[in-house]
Amino acid sequence: MAEAAARQRALVTPEGMDLRLRLAEASERAAAFLIDVAIIIGALVVMTILCLWGLAALGKDSGPAMAAIWLLGFFVLRNLYFILFEMTPRAATPGKRVLGLRVASRSGGPLTADAILGRNAMRELEVFLPLTFLLSHMETADAWISLTGLLWTGVFALMPLFNRDRLRAGDIAAGTWVVKAPKQKLLKDLAERDNGAHAAFAFTQAQLDAYGVKELHVLEDVLRRFDAKTVKAVAERIRRKIDWPDNPHESDGDFLDAYYRALRGRLETRLLFGKRRVDKFDRD
Amino acid sequence: MAELRLKSSRFRAEREADWKRLENLLNRAEGGAARVLSDEDLIAIPVLYRSALSSLSVARATSLDQSVVDYLESLCARAYFFVYGSRARLIERIGRFFAHDWPAAAKACWRETLASAALTAGGVAVGMSLCFADSDWFRAFVPDDLAAGRGPAASAQALRATLFLNPHDQHQIQPWLSTLATFLFTHNAHVALMAFAFGFALCLPSALLMAYQGCMLGAFLAVFITHGLGVEAGGWLVIHGVTEISAIILAGAAGMRIGSTLAFPGERGRLEAVAAAGRTAATLMGGVLVMLFCAGLLEGIGRQLIQTTWIRYTIAAATGVMWLTYLYGPRPRRNGAAHG
Repeated sequence: MAEAAARQRALVTPEGMDLRLRLAEASERAAAFLIDVAIIIGALVVMTILCLWGLAALGKDSGPAMAAIWLLGFFVLRNLYFILFEMTPRAATPGKRVLGLRVASRSGGPLTADAILGRNAMRELEVFLPLTFLLSHMETADAWISLTGLLWTGVFALMPLFNRDRLRAGDIAAGTWVVKAPKQKLLKDLAERDNGAHAAFAFTQAQLDAYGVKELHVLEDVLRRFDAKTVKAVAERIRRKIDWPDNPHESDGDFLDAYYRALRGRLETRLLFGKRRVDKFDRD
Repeated sequence: MAELRLKSSRFRAEREADWKRLENLLNRAEGGAARVLSDEDLIAIPVLYRSALSSLSVARATSLDQSVVDYLESLCARAYFFVYGSRARLIERIGRFFAHDWPAAAKACWRETLASAALTAGGVAVGMSLCFADSDWFRAFVPDDLAAGRGPAASAQALRATLFLNPHDQHQIQPWLSTLATFLFTHNAHVALMAFAFGFALCLPSALLMAYQGCMLGAFLAVFITHGLGVEAGGWLVIHGVTEISAIILAGAAGMRIGSTLAFPGERGRLEAVAAAGRTAATLMGGVLVMLFCAGLLEGIGRQLIQTTWIRYTIAAATGVMWLTYLYGPRPRRNGAAHG
């Protein structure tokens, strides 16, 4: 929870709502980047094969055209892949989409084309330059120069790890950041789930006052996952806490379902009277 | 059963259809272009977005159903990016870029451009004078594969052959012109992007790159001049060089803009100042790529088809005047939209 809160940033819309964006983790961004690199390399291989095949099929005269197509394709893949994908309404490359990330302007305003161009041109400094030093043949005379170069450029490559907002050099230069914007499904309302067994449970007010909103949310989580062992443990705990009489015929799931529903109803009613019970320690 | 429902369940049931509709529209808008949406849908999105926002605010305050809050937060964020993200049509964006943004960015970076140009010019002077003094310097400045035999040791005739096409060869060359232009463009664009990105490291690498490119250029020129081919080599170079070298100088300037702002952010916070400088510089970079595309055409096609030195110079002068007036010439104040 603390980890998640540390990555949470306020995004206040013009309507005055805080959307509480969560920044992407460095690991998520690295994974997204690796996926993109894999796609680019794959596309490059396919393109090369197609060009060679075209050359073979159309004869020597197609040489210039095929060479031009290949060069342009290479350029587009290397320099424009990220830019073009981030200019789409989703503002994310396929790799980022897979991980539910998107690029956003730090100021909350629109993400402009120049910002996208700027943040991606910086990749030259962050990825390709260190790579050049890394792959440069390490002969004795050059080795030290290469190593120094690698260290120096490594600073840019690892920059996201050294600042609070996980900004890389491109993000700093363009005023952007990468946020987590996963698509959430609207899950079924637990309180609507009713197999008719609820009527058997009648909780007293004192029994419902044992818990607050925080526990309700934990209970919701438990019910959604419905892991048999956890359900049993939680049910036993609640029974003990509220002195629920033992009954060998009732199922743990039904009991928790019914208690969730009753607790939520109770908390909602109290909310109507302006009393929000944060957790079980919240006494009034 | 209905009367037994919780208030939060009723709240959800009443609004769920609207949320789903918004989600559906967003899915379609994000999947393809906004064009797949009808006008009616496009107008509906902001309305649905605001009602989802108010649902979220109610849900946060009252609803004890955590999944609804999570869902609405994600939905509202997506809608927010759609509603407040830039959805200007591509054509309009491009028009604005050429009519206003690019020249404005070039003007804003005039100091860096002068510095970048001075570094290049200095490099040319140094490269040239060193090579005049001792032709061995050539090898220090120009890598062997780039020199391709055009060293100080080459004969005047061999050097001449690199400036003009053999008339008997021409129709063999012509099919490859477009390929050559493409290669030159992609190569130069790459150098420019590098010059830009390196500026982030406090200008130094960009400055070095500019000076080094100048040295290389000076060394080449020195070789041709010592063989009595100065004028011809100048024509060979400037026909595309005016555009290409200007573009590289601007790219260096754009990089330096970021680097110098990072070092001296002025009165604003550093992050904010760098972000603003970065956007100006990136706009300029967009222009640089356009210039390099023109340079690639001039070099790959124009230079091969035009074999007369004075026409090459004329074209160079024309391109020079054109870029200068376009980028720095006075332009009518745009009314209304000028504040954007």
